[in-house]
Amino acid sequence: MLSQDLNTILPEIILSLFAMGALLGAVYTVKDKAATLLVWITSGLFVALAFWIGTVGEEATTAFNGMFVDDAFSRFAKVTILLAAAAVLIMSQEYMAKRDLLRFEYPILIALSVVGMMMMVSAGDLMSLYMGLELQSLALYVVASLRRDSVKSTEAGLKYFVLGALSSGLLLYGASLTYGFAGTTSFAGIIDATSDGVSLGLLFGLVFMSAGFAFKVSAAPFHMWTPDVYEGSPTPVTAFFATAPKVAAMGLFARVMHDAFGNSVSDWQQIVAFLSVISMFLGAIAAIGQTDIKRLMAYSSIAHMGFALMGLASGTAFGVQAMLVYLAIYVAMNIGTFAFILSLQKDGVPVTNIASLNMYSKREPLKALAMLILLFSLAGVPPMLGFFGKFYVLQAAYDAGLAWLAVAGVVASVIGAFYYLRIVFFMYFGAEQDEQLDRSGSPILWGFLVASAAVMILGVINLFGIEPLAEAASLALVN
Amino acid sequence: MIGLEHYLTVAASLFVIGIFGLFLNRKNVIILLMSIELMLLAVNINMVAFSSFLGDLVGQVFTLFVLTVAAAEAAIGLAILVCFFRNRGTIDVEDVNVMKG
Repeated sequence: MLSQDLNTILPEIILSLFAMGALLGAVYTVKDKAATLLVWITSGLFVALAFWIGTVGEEATTAFNGMFVDDAFSRFAKVTILLAAAAVLIMSQEYMAKRDLLRFEYPILIALSVVGMMMMVSAGDLMSLYMGLELQSLALYVVASLRRDSVKSTEAGLKYFVLGALSSGLLLYGASLTYGFAGTTSFAGIIDATSDGVSLGLLFGLVFMSAGFAFKVSAAPFHMWTPDVYEGSPTPVTAFFATAPKVAAMGLFARVMHDAFGNSVSDWQQIVAFLSVISMFLGAIAAIGQTDIKRLMAYSSIAHMGFALMGLASGTAFGVQAMLVYLAIYVAMNIGTFAFILSLQKDGVPVTNIASLNMYSKREPLKALAMLILLFSLAGVPPMLGFFGKFYVLQAAYDAGLAWLAVAGVVASVIGAFYYLRIVFFMYFGAEQDEQLDRSGSPILWGFLVASAAVMILGVINLFGIEPLAEAASLALVN
Repeated sequence: MIGLEHYLTVAASLFVIGIFGLFLNRKNVIILLMSIELMLLAVNINMVAFSSFLGDLVGQVFTLFVLTVAAAEAAIGLAILVCFFRNRGTIDVEDVNVMKG
């Protein structure tokens, strides 16, 4: 039994052993000189694990009495998380080395938080849910304040810590109520206990847990930490925040809602639909006045999480499928966008002001074109891939009888298009200015930017075949 | 006779005091850490009360996990706070305001 259980969680074990071994090894030997090497080894390991998880295993297995679930849903989320983390690590290497930020703890902390995320999407019990979530969060609090000598970065870490701990507290209180009124912490037990309706105590537990998840996915009205943390953290860390943890938190949200509360869809559907509509509108409207591109991306991610929640709110298998497709597209778009933001600098100093992009297309036509495609895709302009992601979730919401939510989504997406197109306007028709951005740019960032833009166009053919995978994943979760 | 509902009331009151401590406190970041700790301990009371009421040990195992994580969380919070103090020279909540929001 035990060997079978260990076999099921082998990827997580390998990754955590690697992180601990690398930490010990680097501390006792060359310390920060090993950082570059560690970044490459860690991202290589991520990619290898992603291939392994993606290719091995068909049927769903559980380990440790149902505490850990390995099914098509968790595998889809894990592959997305691992590939996103690997891409961000590779992108951040040069940026951080140049600014003397590349400490050997960075790849190790990322690896530990990825272990936490893999636990989250595989959780089959409130306890494994909480432990995975905390492993992820504790590592992320530290990387947010990685730039120890900067007020902004430490303030971002402090804010993230306080609000993250508050959300963990809310979630835990909900978990304790759920445990008390269902009599068990396992999702399978909770779904049995709710087969004939949800008691008032369980409903309170459900609401508290949803509030905690909404914090983690940065859905309004629990989004307050997002802009500050995105602005204050070093840019590669922001790129990480915008990709892998979002997938993990949405995956966890979907897993709890369907695996544990799947019998009471009508009870949580309104909560999730409410979070979705508020996030879409807040993200679209509040981003309009932003001048800092990292802050703008924070509001953009709030709006995108609203759309992903729309898929979850429909409460059907097709809704989960739409959510997974949307998240995969969102991650691909964000990696390209952050590759662009990471390459912006003036005299070697990173720049995040949107006004500095004035007439960018004249100096860097190719990069400006790639960014144009990505921005159109973020805004959801057809025929870019971002449009199909939005189309999917809108269709899921409409099919589930939430036509008003779909209409609200279209309106919010039109409002949101304004601030993406404003950046395009600056790049192509902005005012001339004397102070120019550096012409430099590393080939790695350039490659990620162009690859991501190419994905946005070429993906329309068949979405790179992720559609059937997402369908299998959603059928594994919803039954 | 002290029953389950009494424990739940105490836990709920402590939890609410913790939340209010987070939002109303304008003085000191250390008090925020204390409020967070209070919230987690309120949850622990809940867990143990339910565990004894249901005659099920899982709640107490959960409590031990929560205690461990709370310790790790406090350590990381204090470490970030020390870094912040070195840069800013103060730990007043009102001064955590370099970025608006």
